[in-house]
Amino acid sequence: MLCQECQEREATLHFTKIINGEKTEFHICDVCAKERGDYTPGSNSFSIHQLLSGLLDTAGQQKPSREIGAQQRAEKQCPSCGMTYRQFAEIGRFGCADCYESFDEKLDPVLRRIHGGNAQHTGKVPKRKGKDLHVYKQIEDLKQKLQQLIAEEEFEAAATTRDEIRSLEHSLKGKGGESS
Amino acid sequence: MTLHSFIQNATSPWMKNEGPDSDIVISSRVRLARNLEGITFPIIANEEELSPVPEKVEAHFAGHSHKRFGELSLIKMNDLTDNEKRILVEKHLISPNLSGKSKAGAVLLSEDESLSVMVNEEDHFRIQCLLPGFQLQEGLKYANDMDDWMEEKLDFAYDQRRGYLTSCPTNVGTGLRSSVMMHLPALVMTNQLNRILPAINQLGLVVRGIYGEGSEALGNLFQLSNQTTLGESESEIVEDLRSVVSQLVERERAAREQLLTQSTNIVEDRIYRSLGILSYSRRMESKEAMQRLSDIRLGIDTGIIKGIDAKILNELMVLTQPGFLQHYAGEALTAEQRDQRRATLIRERLTLEEHDGGVE
Repeated sequence: MLCQECQEREATLHFTKIINGEKTEFHICDVCAKERGDYTPGSNSFSIHQLLSGLLDTAGQQKPSREIGAQQRAEKQCPSCGMTYRQFAEIGRFGCADCYESFDEKLDPVLRRIHGGNAQHTGKVPKRKGKDLHVYKQIEDLKQKLQQLIAEEEFEAAATTRDEIRSLEHSLKGKGGESS
Repeated sequence: MTLHSFIQNATSPWMKNEGPDSDIVISSRVRLARNLEGITFPIIANEEELSPVPEKVEAHFAGHSHKRFGELSLIKMNDLTDNEKRILVEKHLISPNLSGKSKAGAVLLSEDESLSVMVNEEDHFRIQCLLPGFQLQEGLKYANDMDDWMEEKLDFAYDQRRGYLTSCPTNVGTGLRSSVMMHLPALVMTNQLNRILPAINQLGLVVRGIYGEGSEALGNLFQLSNQTTLGESESEIVEDLRSVVSQLVERERAAREQLLTQSTNIVEDRIYRSLGILSYSRRMESKEAMQRLSDIRLGIDTGIIKGIDAKILNELMVLTQPGFLQHYAGEALTAEQRDQRRATLIRERLTLEEHDGGVE
């Protein structure tokens, strides 16, 4: 079988992608695969990113919302690295860690499809950084509790909670001064 | 360079130790993808943005000693010739991607080469631990240790909800890819593997041929790895893979047993023919070499062939790759010359075994 890109050489890479029951076959030779830059012998990046790109495109088009809204979402851009969602969908990779935040609203369905229905990390928490994350989460929870206590006019309990928050914020800043 | 010392050089020191179930599981690998906070990922960053990454590695880790891996050294891609890079790829220490086009690329290596940290590949760091035989849990433990050690000095991009943030969304969360390389000749010969593979895929694991084009597996070698990295803990991911691999090990053993009792003559004939061809050929293409070496390995593991070290498959798989052949020849070789050199090298390797009674 001839390579579908150059129509000259014998195709040596064959793969099929099936998205929503629609089947597309690829037959490409080594040279064209290399020229496309995504493939080097011994790695599997070519097929994975081809597949992923198809998946991300579909995920982008999936929501049958108003067209303008969909277009705006497609143009969404990461302020840190400048990558647009469209570029991400094309190359199947993020430009920086902030892209996760920038494209957050679109990510849940994409991640669920890739990770067997999961979109939330339950694994390792880095020791040093994780400690702070844990404290931040505690402070956030306590702040919510504080609002509720104030609304319920439980001022004594609110004062205790406020002190707890202060002491946690203190611990984050180390030996530094009073937190407001 | 004598063939003996050449083999020493070509095979990583970790390969000398036999691991558990090493008659079927060649090696276990655990990789963790990590990125630094505040630095664009290598895929779009320019060299200037990426250069602080190897600098940090050099400052904090190169020349330092790790409790498990000993002294670590940093090798920069720019300091290597093309063939040297190719050799690192053939030894599975770096990826073709890192050797080919990565900016500010480097690798941090342990003395026994069981640990490598690729710098500025698709992610800023790819911590990889490679062990002989079936040792996934140990691999995870060591890779994890290394991750903790690096995290003492570096701020990794991490998000409470998404975990470790990686360039490719297929790695996000744990950033963990665990894989084993298995030699499954009897399951292939008895046509059982075709029936087992779809079930393995349904369990969220991926099976790939090694060096195979498309889905073709050369030398009956298969790589099994986890597909998903998000939503399960590291130990759950590794345990899922471990349990499937141990079932495959049992099935391969049963299939070998069955082949040997029911088709002894056919199996022996196949193994001895391959030994004969490898011992006398003057030209050998890499594809055929892999197939014949698989037969030799099966012969050794089942006790049909005696006096040849079981490591021959692992060694020759590396030694007969283009980079090593050229390194041994000391010059660039055409494909035709490589086929001739490959046949010679295999013949020499088999004779070395006969005369020396094994390579240490």
